[in-house]
Amino acid sequence: MASFRKQKLWGAVFAAGAVAATGVVWADIGENRSLIVNGEIEMIVEAPAPEHVEGLSTIYSGWVFRSPETQMMQADDFDNPAMLDVDTARETFETAMGTEGQSCASCHDTPESLSTVRATYPQWDEEHGEVQTVEMQITECMTERMGAEAYGYDSAEMRRMSALISAVGRGEVVNVAIDGPAQSTWEQGQEIYYTRYGQLELSCANCHEQNYGNLIRADHLSQGQVNGFPTYRLRNSGLVSIHNRFRGCIRDTRGETFAVGSPEFVALELYVASRGNGLTVEGPAVRN
Amino acid sequence: MKRQVILAAGIALAATTLHADVTAPGDVVADDYGDIMESLTGEPGDAERGREIMVTRGLGNCIACHQVTALEDEQFHGEVGPSLDGVGDRWEEAALRGIVVNAKNVFPESVMPAFYRVDGFIRPGDGYTGGPATEIMPILDAQQVEDVVAYLMTLTE
Ligand code: HEC
Ligand code: HEC
Ligand code: HEC
Repeated sequence: MASFRKQKLWGAVFAAGAVAATGVVWADIGENRSLIVNGEIEMIVEAPAPEHVEGLSTIYSGWVFRSPETQMMQADDFDNPAMLDVDTARETFETAMGTEGQSCASCHDTPESLSTVRATYPQWDEEHGEVQTVEMQITECMTERMGAEAYGYDSAEMRRMSALISAVGRGEVVNVAIDGPAQSTWEQGQEIYYTRYGQLELSCANCHEQNYGNLIRADHLSQGQVNGFPTYRLRNSGLVSIHNRFRGCIRDTRGETFAVGSPEFVALELYVASRGNGLTVEGPAVRN
Repeated sequence: MKRQVILAAGIALAATTLHADVTAPGDVVADDYGDIMESLTGEPGDAERGREIMVTRGLGNCIACHQVTALEDEQFHGEVGPSLDGVGDRWEEAALRGIVVNAKNVFPESVMPAFYRVDGFIRPGDGYTGGPATEIMPILDAQQVEDVVAYLMTLTE
């Protein structure tokens, strides 16, 4: 009796395996594979996976998994609600802050002069001996150079400034360094990525590597790339930072999250960003 | 303050006496296949309640990952796991109980969560708050597991 049932079991398992082996079909990922923003910035939304990502053969921007309406909003700055935040940040960039009476523009001229930043961050900072995110770098300039009070890591001001740094970097090919002094941080991030957290015992990979293209309840699972961050979420009518997204995903495993700005999330961000090496910077992207 | 404590203890005691036949998560016995022969409560499961648990987010939320034709009136069925259509034919009750209690006993490394287990977790949370767990309760209680199993048994083709 038991062996009869087990036979059926293996039948079911093999059937499921066969589906998995054929891989993700185009329709699961989304038909639309071409994103040109403002008729001029050509995005790479699909690329061969970098060598250091063993679980994937192709990487996809989160954009390809979204509905056509949401996709459209990202194709033109007039339709992208996050551009209002970017404009506000442009003004801030030229506003003197802190005891030194300087603005970002005093040293950096224009935001455009920082166009390669998003594609290469998180990045090792020699002086501080640590991997820095864009937010940490902005904090460094404000507190150590401008004599200004730091924005909160996940504050509205920080998310806007971070969105400006992304916006001027759009179209740059993500190329985050994972070797040299950053290597141990990257390895820590990889470890976190494959750890099954929480009472549901789910790792980032369980959802974003094993199941991208599949529906989980109402959501179409993407590969959980960060090239579109900060993202504008229509649901909350606002910008969402990378670490806040990470926090939400771990919370949903019925798990205890790490804090925004924590060393664990910095390491995880470095690792996840490196899984997108080869895609283009799209932030601020639009999400449902 | 003191009275509260005594009261709480009283309630806890009442709860244990009421459910004297309930098998605690740590005492569940599964065989080599992951099957669990004995009912966790000794009470028959209620398929109607089981259906509710299957579709409720904070409880089973089974349709987050599974398609079920009989539950078509509920919106949004997931694709992470196989369709549950016909599981009542494919599996015996003991096997379905084993899958719901701890799917990892049946499918090693499964993405499917264990619904009646309280240990071995990494950074378990306080429900879905993102904060640390103080006391870990199984996701479903013993009777809820039996109710879900009873519902699964109705999924025949
Ligand atoms: C007093 C001059 C000064 C001011 C004012 C200043 N920065 Fe900087 N910033 C620097 C220097 C110097 C570096 C390079 C040092 C480093 O990489 O740690 C830098 C680096 C950066 C980088 C990384 C550049 C790269 O290529 O890695 C970003 C992003 C940045 N600043 C943003 C800002 C923003 C936003 C403001 C305003 C809130 C600002 N900075 C204000 C001097 C300044
Ligand atoms: C239970 C499944 C699940 C797990 C586990 C999970 N996520 Fe997610 N994640 C989602 C869903 C659902 C979304 C929203 C749809 C999408 O983009 O996949 C999402 C979105 C994201 C996004 C936004 C992608 C974009 O382009 O907008 C990132 C980044 C992300 N997750 C990273 C992670 C990381 C890192 C982990 C591990 C700490 C993780 N996720 C764990 C389900 C999960
Ligand atoms: C996070 C996703 C997820 C959730 C939530 C989930 N399952 Fe599953 N389930 C799976 C996967 C994946 C499998 C396939 C087994 C494997 O891992 O190989 C599975 C397999 C099963 C099977 C065996 C199906 C067959 O035909 O062989 C049953 C029965 C089942 N699940 C019932 C449930 C019930 C009942 C619930 C809710 C109490 C539930 N599942 C919740 C992912 C999930």
